[in-house]
Amino acid sequence: MRAWIKNRNILIGLSITLALIFIAAFAPQVAPHDPTEIDSKVRLQPPSKEYPFGTDHMGRCILSRIVFGSRISLLVGVAVISGSLLIGIVLGTISGYFGGLADDLIMRLVDGFLAIPSMFLALALAGTLGPGTFNLMMALIAVEWTSYARVVRGSILTVKEQEFVEAARGLGASDLYILVHHIMPNILSPIIVIATLGIGYAILAAAGLSFLGFGVQPPTPEWGSMLDDGRLFMRKAPYIMIFPGLAIMITVLAFNFLGDGLRDELDPRFRKEIPH
Amino acid sequence: MIQLEISDLRVLFPTDDGLVKATNGVDLQIEESENLGLIGESGSGKTVLGMAILRLLPKDVRVTGEVRFNGQDLLTLREEEMRRVRGKEIVMILQNPSSALNPAFTIGNQIEEVLRIHEGLDARSARERVVELLKRVKITDASRRAKDYPHQYSGGMKERAMIAMALASDPALIIADEPTKGLDVTVKREILNMLKEVTERKSMLFITHDLAAAAEICGRIAVMYAGELLEIAKTEELLNDPLHPYTKGFLGALPSRGLTPIRGTCPSLIGLPAGCKFHPRCNDAMEICRMEHPPMVKRDDGRQVRCFLYA
Amino acid sequence: MLGYIFKRALLIIPALFFVSMISFSMAYLAPGDPAEILLMSPEGSPSPEAIDAFRVRMGLDQPIYVQYLRWLEKVLHGDLGYSYMSERPVADAITNSFKATLKLSLVSMIVSIVLSIPLGILAAIKHNTIIDDLCRLGALIGVSIPNFWQAFLLILLFSVHLDWLPVAGYGGGDLEHMILPAITLGTSSAAVTTRLMRSSLLEALSQDYIITARAKGLPERIVIGKHALKNALIPVVTMLGLNLGFLLNGAVVTEWVFGWPGIGDLVVDSIYQRDFTMIQGSILFIAVIFVTLNLLVDISYTYLNPRIRYESVD
Repeated sequence: MRAWIKNRNILIGLSITLALIFIAAFAPQVAPHDPTEIDSKVRLQPPSKEYPFGTDHMGRCILSRIVFGSRISLLVGVAVISGSLLIGIVLGTISGYFGGLADDLIMRLVDGFLAIPSMFLALALAGTLGPGTFNLMMALIAVEWTSYARVVRGSILTVKEQEFVEAARGLGASDLYILVHHIMPNILSPIIVIATLGIGYAILAAAGLSFLGFGVQPPTPEWGSMLDDGRLFMRKAPYIMIFPGLAIMITVLAFNFLGDGLRDELDPRFRKEIPH
Repeated sequence: MIQLEISDLRVLFPTDDGLVKATNGVDLQIEESENLGLIGESGSGKTVLGMAILRLLPKDVRVTGEVRFNGQDLLTLREEEMRRVRGKEIVMILQNPSSALNPAFTIGNQIEEVLRIHEGLDARSARERVVELLKRVKITDASRRAKDYPHQYSGGMKERAMIAMALASDPALIIADEPTKGLDVTVKREILNMLKEVTERKSMLFITHDLAAAAEICGRIAVMYAGELLEIAKTEELLNDPLHPYTKGFLGALPSRGLTPIRGTCPSLIGLPAGCKFHPRCNDAMEICRMEHPPMVKRDDGRQVRCFLYA
Repeated sequence: MLGYIFKRALLIIPALFFVSMISFSMAYLAPGDPAEILLMSPEGSPSPEAIDAFRVRMGLDQPIYVQYLRWLEKVLHGDLGYSYMSERPVADAITNSFKATLKLSLVSMIVSIVLSIPLGILAAIKHNTIIDDLCRLGALIGVSIPNFWQAFLLILLFSVHLDWLPVAGYGGGDLEHMILPAITLGTSSAAVTTRLMRSSLLEALSQDYIITARAKGLPERIVIGKHALKNALIPVVTMLGLNLGFLLNGAVVTEWVFGWPGIGDLVVDSIYQRDFTMIQGSILFIAVIFVTLNLLVDISYTYLNPRIRYESVD
């Protein structure tokens, strides 16, 4: 555990993530203004003391919108991953545990979903289901669940080979027991890594879809859609799009640092081999 | 004439778990044209010793002491000078030819390299020489085989290819690390015979855990344990009249002599026992063995042993 | 070898079935009457009579699986339908736009390779030094940066401020219009490949055959440049195929931002216009391309790795 704190990636990733959570949680206190307050008198102001990140085309404070936007992004990220985990674990368990036709069917389904490049699939789903945060999350869950299903299934298959024989020796231990006591510890590590990196990816994808207009709808402050707003004012007021993009990058970076660091710690480590 | 003289060689590996003393003050000499066997269990430090001679260990490993080859201390050479020694004057045949050979290049190509770098041969002459070398190590259909990849060779053939590679620039000293490990009995015999033949006018350091194999082709044997040499003697003397309790135990563990294992296990190279490194497993251990570290004693008959029984 | 290819190819078919089902269902997922949706054209909503006639003609009154099978049959004959919204056959629109995407992808790949291979090698050789850290940081930023933001930053710098390059558009597919989108896509892809090159080379350098190479007295540049690199490049080269897939994903937003009329742009536009025939067709098309790409990656990996190649023959 102590080694984890020494890992620079985890340190950087965790501190930024915690800072983000803090900002999101205390958004009303952190933000200098109301993110939805429209004031046409102060449209398109460059960064100043009053408005540290400037104002957008409706006179709203960009910094405040970014602060509140963190809530949306983090929420969407966590929700998408949670949903994907749920579906992935359920289907992966069924697939790995029961095997046979169920396994084949589910794996072909996974292949089917994986056959479509993720952005296209998410876009098509979000587009067809209609705008809105909920549909956005559904679309992204449809893209993400496959990774978890595979990991869980793989773990179950490995354990099935090892432990199942012993269990069958009539200790009376139910398969459910094996599932919980042996499979769980096995899948925890890879899932933690995938989930962390997944949150980063979900936030990025959600921003992209919102940027295109398919996700979170105005006036809810979302970093991706703020970037879309900034498009038209690129010449006059580039800060409208610079800051939200920066926010997205830093957030995703944080999760990537964290995920990388966790992967370093949790993966079977490269032991320095002393020749003998 | 002493070809290789190792004095007080210490090799320290920095690891996350602490400093590992892979070798702890080794003194060893190899004469010209002599085959010296280096016997030890896994973890005794014998491979590290071999690699330390050619300075093949990673950069962060600390090596102190002297390794004099034909009078010159290899440890003080600059890297480019060392490169001229490696593969030309001294060669090392690494353990496990399956991983020691590059899977992406043909056997012929890998042997050619040595010839082109050290002998300055052009492509065609190098290729011809390669075929000669492969024939020398008794690989049939050599010219075709030279174009094969390592995975197309059997275990024994790979070992022979490694030997051919070692002989390419006619070195004076060959360090062979476990050349017969994992091979079956007939192949083992062939490899041993081959090694004996090719080292007729060369010296060899034969590193192995297989005492019987070493005894066949080595004139002298050194026994290594936990990073130190415990006994050095001529082969017949060692086999018929072992001095060190570890050597006796080692012999007793041979199939031909009863298969009696030595009780206990090899110590971890990090937390070595105080005093004599072998004393926890020694039936003849005395009080002093626990407290003091026995020095290597050179007897009048030329034999060397590190044990308070003979101090 | 051929047998191996055949076996792998067979495995795709069930997946493609599911893909076709997913694509087909797009029109039915949307809120609203499918018939009305499919008939929608720039002139506006179709009349109730037209909807009824269309429904009968297309068999939309049939159960879903029948409709699916009829659609599938047409697809297998190369008929991806007709888009009333954009007034052209779907297949034509798709092939034209895919050509544009292909062009862009090729240039992006070049950018990616030119950046990532040297950087990855550098990072591996200077393992655990500042240079290594910088390369890894750069790669991490590359995967974290939203590509639409990066696109805008590039446009801001090169088009708006410096006025060196056009802001957007196809311009007949010339280099001028391709540079910025290619850099955007190429750098994202490079971020992934750099890390792979680095870890692959580090892995190769830790192998025993590297010690053998040094033991032979070979100069370090041959040890790394020949012995390590040849083995290290194998996974990287095969991954280049997967990189193409990664580029496809990035293309969606990037093409749209730059107005590059590729297939990503097509899909986005189709969704804006609720052109479901087009959406169905393009999703299916892109999936087939993607799957074929992955299959090629698999095969090339087997082919390039001499050990596996021979094993798969036995």
